[in-house]
Amino acid sequence: MYPVTYHRPASVEEALHLLAEEEEAMALAGGQTLLPTMKQHLAAPSALVDLAACGLSGIRAEGGGLVIGAMTTHAEIAASAEVAAHLPVLGLVAAGIGDPAVRHRGTIGGSVANNDPAADYPAALLALEARIETDRRVLAAEEFFEGLFATALEEGEIVTRIHLDPPKRAAYAKFPNPASRYALVGVMVAETAAGIRVAVTGAGEDGVFRHAGLEAALDAEFTPDAAAAVRVSPAGLAADLHASAAYRAHLIAVMAARAVAAC
Amino acid sequence: MSENGIGKPVKRREDRRFLTGRGRYTDDLRMENQAYAAFVRSPHAHARVSGIDAAAALEQEGVIRVLTGPELVADGIGNIITGWAITSKDGAPMKVGDWSALATDRVRYVGDAVAVVIAETRQGARNAAELVEVSYEELPAVARGDRALQPGAPQLHDVAPGNLVFDWEIGDAAATDAALAAAATVVELSLENNRLAPNAMEPRSAVAVHDPAEDHYTLYTTSQNPHVARLVLSAFYQVAPEHKLRVVAPDVGGGFGSKIYIYPEEITCLWAAMKTGRSVKWTSERNEAFMTDAHGRDHVTTARMGFDEGGRITGFKVETIANLGAYCSLFATATPTYLYATLLSGQYDIPAIHANVKAAYSNTVPVDAYRGAGRPEATYLVERMMTTAARQMGMEEAELRRRNFIQSFPHQTPVIMCYDAGDFPGNLDKAMAAADVAGFPARRAEAAARGMLRGLGYSCYIEACGIAPSKAVGALGAGVGLWESAEMRVNPVGTIEILTGSHSHGQGHETTFAQIVADRFGVPIESISILHGDTDKVQFGMGTYGSRSGAVGMSAIVRAMDKVEAKVRRIAAHLLDGAPEDIVIEDGQARLPGTNRSLAWHEIGLAAYTAHDLPEGMEPGLKETAFYDPVNFTFPAGTYICEVEVDPQTGVVRIVQFTAADDFGTVINPMIVEGQVHGGVAQGIGQALLEQVVYDEAGQLLTGSYMDYCMPRADDVPFYTITHNATVCPGNPLGMKGCGEAGAIGSPPAVINAVTDAIGTNDLSMPATPMKVWQALAGARAPAAAE
Repeated sequence: MYPVTYHRPASVEEALHLLAEEEEAMALAGGQTLLPTMKQHLAAPSALVDLAACGLSGIRAEGGGLVIGAMTTHAEIAASAEVAAHLPVLGLVAAGIGDPAVRHRGTIGGSVANNDPAADYPAALLALEARIETDRRVLAAEEFFEGLFATALEEGEIVTRIHLDPPKRAAYAKFPNPASRYALVGVMVAETAAGIRVAVTGAGEDGVFRHAGLEAALDAEFTPDAAAAVRVSPAGLAADLHASAAYRAHLIAVMAARAVAAC
Repeated sequence: MSENGIGKPVKRREDRRFLTGRGRYTDDLRMENQAYAAFVRSPHAHARVSGIDAAAALEQEGVIRVLTGPELVADGIGNIITGWAITSKDGAPMKVGDWSALATDRVRYVGDAVAVVIAETRQGARNAAELVEVSYEELPAVARGDRALQPGAPQLHDVAPGNLVFDWEIGDAAATDAALAAAATVVELSLENNRLAPNAMEPRSAVAVHDPAEDHYTLYTTSQNPHVARLVLSAFYQVAPEHKLRVVAPDVGGGFGSKIYIYPEEITCLWAAMKTGRSVKWTSERNEAFMTDAHGRDHVTTARMGFDEGGRITGFKVETIANLGAYCSLFATATPTYLYATLLSGQYDIPAIHANVKAAYSNTVPVDAYRGAGRPEATYLVERMMTTAARQMGMEEAELRRRNFIQSFPHQTPVIMCYDAGDFPGNLDKAMAAADVAGFPARRAEAAARGMLRGLGYSCYIEACGIAPSKAVGALGAGVGLWESAEMRVNPVGTIEILTGSHSHGQGHETTFAQIVADRFGVPIESISILHGDTDKVQFGMGTYGSRSGAVGMSAIVRAMDKVEAKVRRIAAHLLDGAPEDIVIEDGQARLPGTNRSLAWHEIGLAAYTAHDLPEGMEPGLKETAFYDPVNFTFPAGTYICEVEVDPQTGVVRIVQFTAADDFGTVINPMIVEGQVHGGVAQGIGQALLEQVVYDEAGQLLTGSYMDYCMPRADDVPFYTITHNATVCPGNPLGMKGCGEAGAIGSPPAVINAVTDAIGTNDLSMPATPMKVWQALAGARAPAAAE
């Protein structure tokens, strides 16, 4: 790791000020991606602005839905009684992220701001039509997740809260990469007030995406067989050591069917 | 018999310190005046080095020195050697290209060391290393062994035209060709043995200390064989003469072969300590380990096996290309020859065998021995061949194996090895019973009802441990003898120190070696210490690899105990007024039967050291040394049966049962032996289903971290069913065969044979990842569907 200055501001305002002041500063949430990246010299911020003391942790039920602070850890979400009562699927997603150490440090805000193309939360939030609140605005998940590690966040903008409404039903099925155990393909299926939503992570060349064909098929008939019968095109899907685009396309339908079965 | 003696599952005495964080590993050491080394490594698979500019690095605060290859050569540091001379079939010696610890003018793999930065801090050294500007002129690269041997491939070493290190053969080509021509059935098989990264839990590390007052060097390092390291550093790299160089391998966290070799980093640290007047420490990071630790396996093979009408094997012909990487590592040339092709007879009576092995240079990290070293490659080929043949001929695979088993011993194979003992049908019977093979059809039907494909696979492996005797391996090209030494010191108070040339880096020697001493003399195990890993304490030794520490290392201890016992008998007879041959030694006492006279162990020790009343002419003291050179290899063998379920929707393979029936001869500590089987099988499952080092066409390492290199995790392996069958090895005093590698040797074909049984196609390569299994299934259903 290169030398780096560490700040621990006590408020979002102070954090914003620090980030604005120093061009190469980066916000630090749980650090489960950023710190290993810095250790490998793949990231070299001049300063880290740790958001841990900015009052961004916590889960509260509000208006039938949930408001989750950006610094809430995966382990807290997995163990939360509010989440279990209102949005159990989110607790299951959180419980399946990484390993216990990652879940006790990693945060939902850090995950969505990073928008790793193989992360679980982006698929969950996209299918659940979450709203992502920042220090300056509220964005729909659809607008927020833009591509590989790309979001609608502006320079120095900080995710503060995630707003979620309970779906009528929802489930997530993940096929882990055998090596990294990130999602090789992760499919979140949800029936929300707006209709059937199927969001796919791990597979897209441009990160998380919704699959119109699966949504249409499940809108017509919400059964595992209906999902499994959809021929998912490999076009636009990632190909690497672990999976060809064709295999990912196949797995999307299989995982969608399994998610439907679990709904 | 002692409660802590032979055959008892004594808890590992060393685990107290390991499990409480009190182990002392090389990186734990802090020297006076310690500085840190960081290596500047080639980002290119193949390039000419046209210049090195260290100015920017030297300007950094805390940077002490930047050293390069030309300076190393100018100081007379020799090239890295390979320890086993192979002769090609045309009589030509093998072609070994120069390997300098720091590259002088050319780099040949990604990670090849070009320069080293010595700085006050670890981080400072690493950061400065990035500022060393190396000018490279990139050259075309080749990463696969078979492609490296093709005409027009990029050339690595001028001395090795066509990248051919050697073209070696074993066995009778004419007899084998004739047998295949006359065979009723010929079965053909082409396969690859996937390249693996060793992944010891503790990365490599070195701390080099130079004492200018005595011109004496000490190297603390992660070595499986510190004496061999000292010998090689002294005799070939000219770092220092042996009496001016001490090598210490303190607690070492796993090796699997990768810590046998003397790597560029350790040599460079010793030299840098002298150049800078500082103690120099280097510890590999995990990504450096993937790039620079010697890899294992990497064979491409085609084979043909002939059978008569009764299913008896008539001949076996094998063509293998072994990828040795960019340079010849220490045992790299022995692994795909004498440790591989000599096991191609498997457990079977095969009248004619011929193997041709071509070894290739490529732009990849050197390949060398890794847990099993050659024997896994042989076993994978032979056992996949047997299963393929059974399927092709429509026979039960257990029956085909049984029909060809060697049944009488000694058995001379056509490929050098002379098997001394074994019970191959007995191993198979035990494994089949433990695996409930009879119940398999019902389990398969039950799985099918759930939409799952269930398969059963066999592997009847044999391997060879304790490479020996020295005279024989010398005749085959080995640069060293492969004996072992031991010293037994009985102190005046009766406590015992055993000094051994074996080295423990996870094997539990501090327990098992003490067990054989406790067993022999009936003394408490707490009174026995095992000392190893320090060339200042143990005079010489050959170290631990090839599952040799039991069969060879413990045999040396037995010989030293023989000598101590003889002296104890004489002392006791003298003091108890009897004859030496009448003395009984048990329960920590020497007794004279028929009398009430006895001496406690500490009384014997005291008598030996006070020397007030010893037999006439006897030297005082009680300390004996032995060097033991075995008469033959030992031959552990067994049957492994793997049962899997394949999810046809995803291609995921789940191992539902894994049964091992091993014949390791005498077992000293069954708990430790089972642990070795567990670990070995886990690594074999890793090879079969998960692990593979991948370089792209340009020689870039694609599996440079655990994000892409898949190690087995706890949920990838089953609870094992383990049974033993024991035929005593006639070749050593304890009747032991060795257990350290069998699991890794025997298990991959059992897993793959089970998966191919489940999916109904033999066209599957290791690692059988979910995608590959899915593709094989899709290919079997409709060849165009899989991409």
